Amino acid sequence: MIRKLVRFLDRRTGTAPFAQKTLRYLFPDHWSFLLGEVALYCFIVLVATGTYLALFYSDSTADVVYHGPYVPLQGQHMTEAYRSVLDISTSVKAGLLIRQTHHWAANVFVAAIVLHLLRIFFTGAYRKPRELTYWLGLTILMVALLEGYLGYSLVDDLLSGMGLAIGNGVALSIPFIGASLGAFIWGGPFPGSSAFFPRMYIGHVFLIPALIAVLLAAHLALVALRHHTQFRQGRETERRIVGVPTFPGQTPRSLGLLLAVAGLLVLLGGLVQINPIWLWGPFHTYSSTNGAQPDWYLGWLIGALRLMPSWDWTIGNYTLVPNPFWGGVLFPLVVFGFLYVWPLLERRFTGDRAFHNLLDRPRDAPVRTAIGFGLLTWVLLVFLAGASDRVFVFFGLSYSTQIWFFRVASFVVPVVVAFVAHRVCLELQAGERVERRRELAIGEARAEARRPLS
Amino acid sequence: MIARSILWRNRHASVGGLTPDGTVTNSPQPSFPVAALLAVCGALVLPLAAGAASPSKVEQGSHLYGRYCLACHGLDGSGVGAPGRTIGAGPLRVQGQQRATAPSLRGVGALAADFYLRTGYMPLRRVGAQPRRSRVFFDEDQIQAITAYVASLGRGPAIPAPQPSRGDVGEGLHRFTEHCAGCHQIVAEGGYVTGAVAPPLENATDVQIAEAVRIGPYLMPRFSKQQISDRELDSIVAYVRYAKHPDDPGGWSLGHIGPVPEGLVTWFIAAVATVGFCIVIGTRLRSR
Amino acid sequence: MKDRLRTLLVLVVLYVLRRRLPRRAPAGEHAPGPPAERIVPAGTPEPRAELLAIGLLLFGALCAAAFVAVYVLDRLPRQTQLLGLSLGLALLSIAAALIVTGKRLVVTEELEHDYPPEEHPGEQEAIAQTVAESASRLTRRRLFALGLGTAGGALAVALLAPLASLGPGIDLDSFVRTPWRKGRRLVDEEGRPYRAADIEQDTFYTAFPEGADLEQIASPLVVVRLPPRDLDLPRENAGYAAAGIVAFSKICTHAGCAISLYRTPLFPDAEPKPALVCPCHYSTFDPATGGTVIFGPAGRKLPMLPLRIDGRGYLRAAGNFDGPVGPSWWDVRARRPFA
Repeated sequence: MIRKLVRFLDRRTGTAPFAQKTLRYLFPDHWSFLLGEVALYCFIVLVATGTYLALFYSDSTADVVYHGPYVPLQGQHMTEAYRSVLDISTSVKAGLLIRQTHHWAANVFVAAIVLHLLRIFFTGAYRKPRELTYWLGLTILMVALLEGYLGYSLVDDLLSGMGLAIGNGVALSIPFIGASLGAFIWGGPFPGSSAFFPRMYIGHVFLIPALIAVLLAAHLALVALRHHTQFRQGRETERRIVGVPTFPGQTPRSLGLLLAVAGLLVLLGGLVQINPIWLWGPFHTYSSTNGAQPDWYLGWLIGALRLMPSWDWTIGNYTLVPNPFWGGVLFPLVVFGFLYVWPLLERRFTGDRAFHNLLDRPRDAPVRTAIGFGLLTWVLLVFLAGASDRVFVFFGLSYSTQIWFFRVASFVVPVVVAFVAHRVCLELQAGERVERRRELAIGEARAEARRPLS
Repeated sequence: MIARSILWRNRHASVGGLTPDGTVTNSPQPSFPVAALLAVCGALVLPLAAGAASPSKVEQGSHLYGRYCLACHGLDGSGVGAPGRTIGAGPLRVQGQQRATAPSLRGVGALAADFYLRTGYMPLRRVGAQPRRSRVFFDEDQIQAITAYVASLGRGPAIPAPQPSRGDVGEGLHRFTEHCAGCHQIVAEGGYVTGAVAPPLENATDVQIAEAVRIGPYLMPRFSKQQISDRELDSIVAYVRYAKHPDDPGGWSLGHIGPVPEGLVTWFIAAVATVGFCIVIGTRLRSR
Repeated sequence: MKDRLRTLLVLVVLYVLRRRLPRRAPAGEHAPGPPAERIVPAGTPEPRAELLAIGLLLFGALCAAAFVAVYVLDRLPRQTQLLGLSLGLALLSIAAALIVTGKRLVVTEELEHDYPPEEHPGEQEAIAQTVAESASRLTRRRLFALGLGTAGGALAVALLAPLASLGPGIDLDSFVRTPWRKGRRLVDEEGRPYRAADIEQDTFYTAFPEGADLEQIASPLVVVRLPPRDLDLPRENAGYAAAGIVAFSKICTHAGCAISLYRTPLFPDAEPKPALVCPCHYSTFDPATGGTVIFGPAGRKLPMLPLRIDGRGYLRAAGNFDGPVGPSWWDVRARRPFA
């Protein structure tokens, strides 16, 4: 049966050699190599659930009065867009399950990319010849952040509407061109023209998924062309790959991971409520609520926006740098910029221009690990600052004290953490050296003992 | 629709327990002897709970006032504290020569006294701090006595009797968004205001909500009947009741505060689970 | 007749037998022979794992069927939870079956292979040479390249030009145009006009221009009344208050959220003074001094609208804002709003 099928396909496409090579492509079997796959599977779930949702969503901002089943909103004015998502959540069979699965998948997608990025960074997988793969991956991360932001903003509920207002404020804060850029994207000043929501919609369901798909395809192609990196565990060398072939070994594992990730996302989508938009109500430019937050992957930006002191840099009557620029634009630019530039920086400072197919363990590159931990701590602290209002309400810690604490800590603590990480790496390495010497000595002593007395 | 059925269920659940006129609500039809007994008890309780300032109640209240409130609120609720007296109550008392000041209680009426005492806002735990919901220091008898005394200090509003069943949850959401959500958060989970906390309302009773709206305690605005009519207030109370246990058709509600707990679930449940999957499927690092 | 039937029978039997006979491979086709040696090594069977995998697959099928049943039944209590549980368990148990298969039922080979070569100098050279030699007929290479570059650049600009239709990128008048003009009445969300007497102290009101679009950012106002002796308006805002009533744009000058918090002390001796606060990043504005920033990241004061009370006691705008509404941008301090 299989033989007939394979023969049919090979005769019509000529791809049997390619297929044979693919089937026996070797994957490293360490678990951390599966993190990228987790992100890929989240993307698949996103496309599947997103397609379903797109068939029910309306991108119109026309004003309608709600007469649906959710009682507290009856008689309220809202946009058609918000109403369509309310309908998905209350009236479409399995609509709420799919909507929540889609939203959880978006959150986990970005988390998986971050975990994958951490593995890539701390093992040096981005080194020659894989810089392009790394840059593609970073770009996918940035685009994923934008895609998620657009996705939950399409709903036009109170929380995400406030988020769009802030996004507009951040766009406006770009020196010189900010207002033009904001007017360009929104079709005028906020809340924009009636074309803005359709633009977000086309961006979210077509332009950006297509972009992600292309970047992802290039990313995966490069991984396969240069082959995966690997940890040195036994027979692996810079020239020799040791691994599990795609078929039959890797396939059930990967398929299993796909279904496990999908299953987890569906379980979350059914059991854990996310973004209950019926509670927030529709967005109006003149309405707001306390405690509004963006989705987790933009939490670092709200922290940065809150931490900045009230500087609007002006020259005479001209506002060179409006305040949101520092936290909303400069901060993420610095973080991403550093990540982009890092392979080149490392190459310059270590002078290491060689090909690398073998990975470092984090302890094998103390400086890289230290810098990575420092950057991570910086972002994490700014991130935590964004939740300080909830900490205040929950635990009673003064808000302004927290702000001052984070202003100082977010610069001091990363330096301390970097130093500690560096020391820990050196200690771990030293420990291993001692252990190896000990084993060598024992081996020699044993060999010595086995020799007959002369 | 399920949403509607649950909502209707919530909407028609009325307050159980004692209302200000002394009758018990929400009870099944009693048999005749029990009804007679209840009528007798009701008749006995009626004058007391009606808020009518029976002289003994006012006098009892004045004694309690002298003991616990005089030091800050002053003689006859004038707002100028008497020096050398005990400030505060319980283990956090402060004694000494300090002259404390507190708002005048003249004309605040039974409404304010009832609110501050029943929530435990007063006696103040820490002088200078924002009054917060805490231990209710007085028992029912004492609360009624002090309330009667404060009400006697000048014409002021009586304890309100909100009727959330007459209100509309949808109207309540609309008004709550307009007047309250900025501080208290859209589902009354509380929030930060520069210099204060707007508390979550999950423990607030209907009467306390109505009272707070009319008083505007600490840094809260004060909404009169002109701005929020009694009917609108009924709707707001109905909405807050709903917000305490809103519909959660999506599952575990995570506290209704939005993306922060969702992010925690993403990392501490989903990310941990997916890393777990990877570790089960893959292999661990073997020694070199 | 009988002969014909017999012939037919024989032909049918021969035809049937013919299909069973081994076919001679026609010329040109390669009949695949049996493999010479195993590619995938044979592994030991694990019947327990097999049963486990099959059991998990069947359980998964059951859960999937349950999903369809719950979907069709609809309107069950906790409908979404049952849907998620059934489909999620179906996916997870099939996943588990596959993982068991991968780890126990399929041979996990650990193979070795060479990495592909680092580079291919021969082909690199050939490509470079091909490109270089292709230009042999050109004599003015630089000029030609310049021509190509200019044409490409111009074409790119031309193709991108229609993007400008997306928004008024150059003309930013829309950023300073407001629906407020002198004499416009202040109304509430339902369109009812505000009288000055309606505005009480210690609370706040949201107001809009009569007849205007509520959703424009320059429309909503936050209106409060302060005791006139507490007002300390700067010179440029002198006369903006009407009997202690002051009005500001409701849109925060930091990032554009609606300012829906108003803190007002019940006991001013011990509590902070009145202030308008934005719930997004807690920028705090002082209404008594014309909307100056007293806390938080906002870098610009809140735009103030001058008010007057007309003959019938209604609140009306006495002009436009003292500055553009909303978050800051390049020109924001250089331009005055117009109606």
